[in-house]
Amino acid sequence: MFLSIKNLTVSIENKRILNNFSLNMNEGEIHSIMGPNGSGKSTLAHVLAGKEDYEILEGEIIFKDKNLLDLNIEERSQLGLFLAFQYPVEIPGVNITPFLKSSLNAKLKLEGKPEIDALKFAKELKTLASELGIPLEMLSRSVNEGFSGGEKKRYEILQMSILKPSLSILDETDSGLDVDALKTVMEGVNKIKNDNSSFLIITHYKKLLDYITPDFVHVIKDGTIVKTGDKSIAQQIETEGYKNL
Amino acid sequence: MNLQQTQKQIDDYADQNYKYGFETLIESERSEKGLNEDTIKFISAKKKEPQWMLDWRLKSFAKWKTMQDPTWANINFPKIDYQNIYYFSAPKGFENKPKSLDEVDPKLLETYKKLGIPLQEQKVLAGVAVDAVFDSVSVATTYKGELEKLGIIFCSISEAIQDHPELIKKYLGSVIPPGDHKFSALNSAVFTDGSFVYVPENVHCPIELSTYFRINAEETGQFERTLIIAEKGSYVSYLEGCTAPKRDTNQLHAANVELIALDNAEIKYSTVQNWYPGDEDGKGGIYNFVTKRGICKGVNSKISWTQVETGSAITWKYPSCILKGDNSIGEFYSVAVTNNFQQADTGTKMTHIGKNTKSKIISKGISLGKSQNTYRGMVKFLKNSDKSRNYTQCDSLLVGNECGAHTIPYIDSKNNSAVVEHEASTSKINEDQLYYCRQRGISHEDAVSLIVNGFCKQVLQELPMEFAVEAQKLVSISLEGSVG
Repeated sequence: MFLSIKNLTVSIENKRILNNFSLNMNEGEIHSIMGPNGSGKSTLAHVLAGKEDYEILEGEIIFKDKNLLDLNIEERSQLGLFLAFQYPVEIPGVNITPFLKSSLNAKLKLEGKPEIDALKFAKELKTLASELGIPLEMLSRSVNEGFSGGEKKRYEILQMSILKPSLSILDETDSGLDVDALKTVMEGVNKIKNDNSSFLIITHYKKLLDYITPDFVHVIKDGTIVKTGDKSIAQQIETEGYKNL
Repeated sequence: MNLQQTQKQIDDYADQNYKYGFETLIESERSEKGLNEDTIKFISAKKKEPQWMLDWRLKSFAKWKTMQDPTWANINFPKIDYQNIYYFSAPKGFENKPKSLDEVDPKLLETYKKLGIPLQEQKVLAGVAVDAVFDSVSVATTYKGELEKLGIIFCSISEAIQDHPELIKKYLGSVIPPGDHKFSALNSAVFTDGSFVYVPENVHCPIELSTYFRINAEETGQFERTLIIAEKGSYVSYLEGCTAPKRDTNQLHAANVELIALDNAEIKYSTVQNWYPGDEDGKGGIYNFVTKRGICKGVNSKISWTQVETGSAITWKYPSCILKGDNSIGEFYSVAVTNNFQQADTGTKMTHIGKNTKSKIISKGISLGKSQNTYRGMVKFLKNSDKSRNYTQCDSLLVGNECGAHTIPYIDSKNNSAVVEHEASTSKINEDQLYYCRQRGISHEDAVSLIVNGFCKQVLQELPMEFAVEAQKLVSISLEGSVG
């Protein structure tokens, strides 16, 4: 199994957020997690990424045959797990090029490969940026600093395209995006998608799923999956809301 | 016992020691421990100085004896025992000199390696006897020729005292009078060596002058004295210090640096200071009590200080500008990193005297471990400094819970048209930033270093290119071990 989450119970500040949560994913699959506010969607994303504020009370997560809970944040990333943040963080004074380069080199080092050539890297970055509609001028700015919401999201996808993760978690990537921006961002995601890459797409709304077709849609409520099906569930939610699920 | 008696006893004791040790003294090239007139005469004689220089030193010493240690800084240290210090020591005794890199502390070499310092330079830094065929020597000679052609004088202060007495007499102590405070008096009495730079009218110095190019001064004493004079319309950029830890075991370092910029002249002075900071428990380390002051004497002149301070157990240092000429500009860019038990009390003093003078202060303090980091600044507008301005920005970054950051700005304005802007911020290293970096596969330690370097960028980019790269690495190295 590529990703197996078993009976996961998680709390933060003594409040249970995930409750006996289980989910299995195969390589190359696209899963979507939908749910109302406060249902535990974002918590799931951060627990997978290894954010340290959470207390794991029970359960296990196996990712690529490794016990994910034993690994720290950077080790999980180097293993191929990528989280596209709902609110990407500004890092003043740090330029994207050295930032992404050290990011990529850390991964290459783990794989026993040599560091990437600086020139080749700069070229690839430029190509990918223009594909995502990111002005080249933005590449000389500090990471996320002074970016609009839409720019930040594009920037996340740019990083994803460079790092080529095996599991990408998109945490409400659609929030704060207008239709055009959403379209460009999702085109970027579709470009990365292949048999070796898997996606966990967290969203409130069906809108995002107009641009990418998930193999499974899971509905989460009170920290656990209450329904699993195909894209039609999204349609049902769109018309009826989460109440009847 | 009153003070006089104590002093006499100290003097007697020192005299006794002095006589006792005289014979070995010549062989070891070291003055006897302690400070008295004989010590100063010894230093002056060793350097074959003219009488006027010795008189100047002795006058400074007389002043020193009447003065008290400055106490206003936010630092703690035991009272300095001035009689327990050697004031003159010739370049490290040959008998102690390591013969090859194998004899050098591997920890030190590891640091050099991280800094990317070439092997030959490592040898020089570690004090290994280097054979005559050393690349930099020829480099130094090449540049020396070029500088001479332009009329630029770049030599040790000892040579300058011999060869350019008229300049020394005119300018030495003109910016920092020996009686300014106790450490400047001390330096004036016992300074051993340092650099001298003179740039003639309308000459733009084509290279960055640094001690790298003056190998013979690589082991200047603990009491170095530097004097830089930029004549009308000239420009010079001077780099001080090297980015590797010095192997000094002495405790007190009290340097004096004086800059003089005449009409339309510009001096840029960059420092990367990485003296031994003491160990993890706060034992040992250098007391870095440095006085640096520049005067923008002429109209439209400019003095710019940039410093990256990562070393020393205690840093007490306020590179300052006296803005005397109309339209003159003073700048101060500073990064001070303190870790473990280090203490830094550093900042600047901008004194606006002339009309339409401008000063800019950018200070970035980073505190880690159990260290204390203080920015102390004084911006002064005198009566006739019409339409002058100051901009000050002080940012502090805290890493961990046991360190301290303090910002103490003084503003004193005697002119109503002065404009002062002050911005200050104190923040802890942001957990969300760390999380974000680590999610991208960057290790915790590298993430801290990345964020801190970003925080310092405004200052680091003021450094000359190749220096900036080294300074960045140095900042990263001094953060090491900060992440649990």
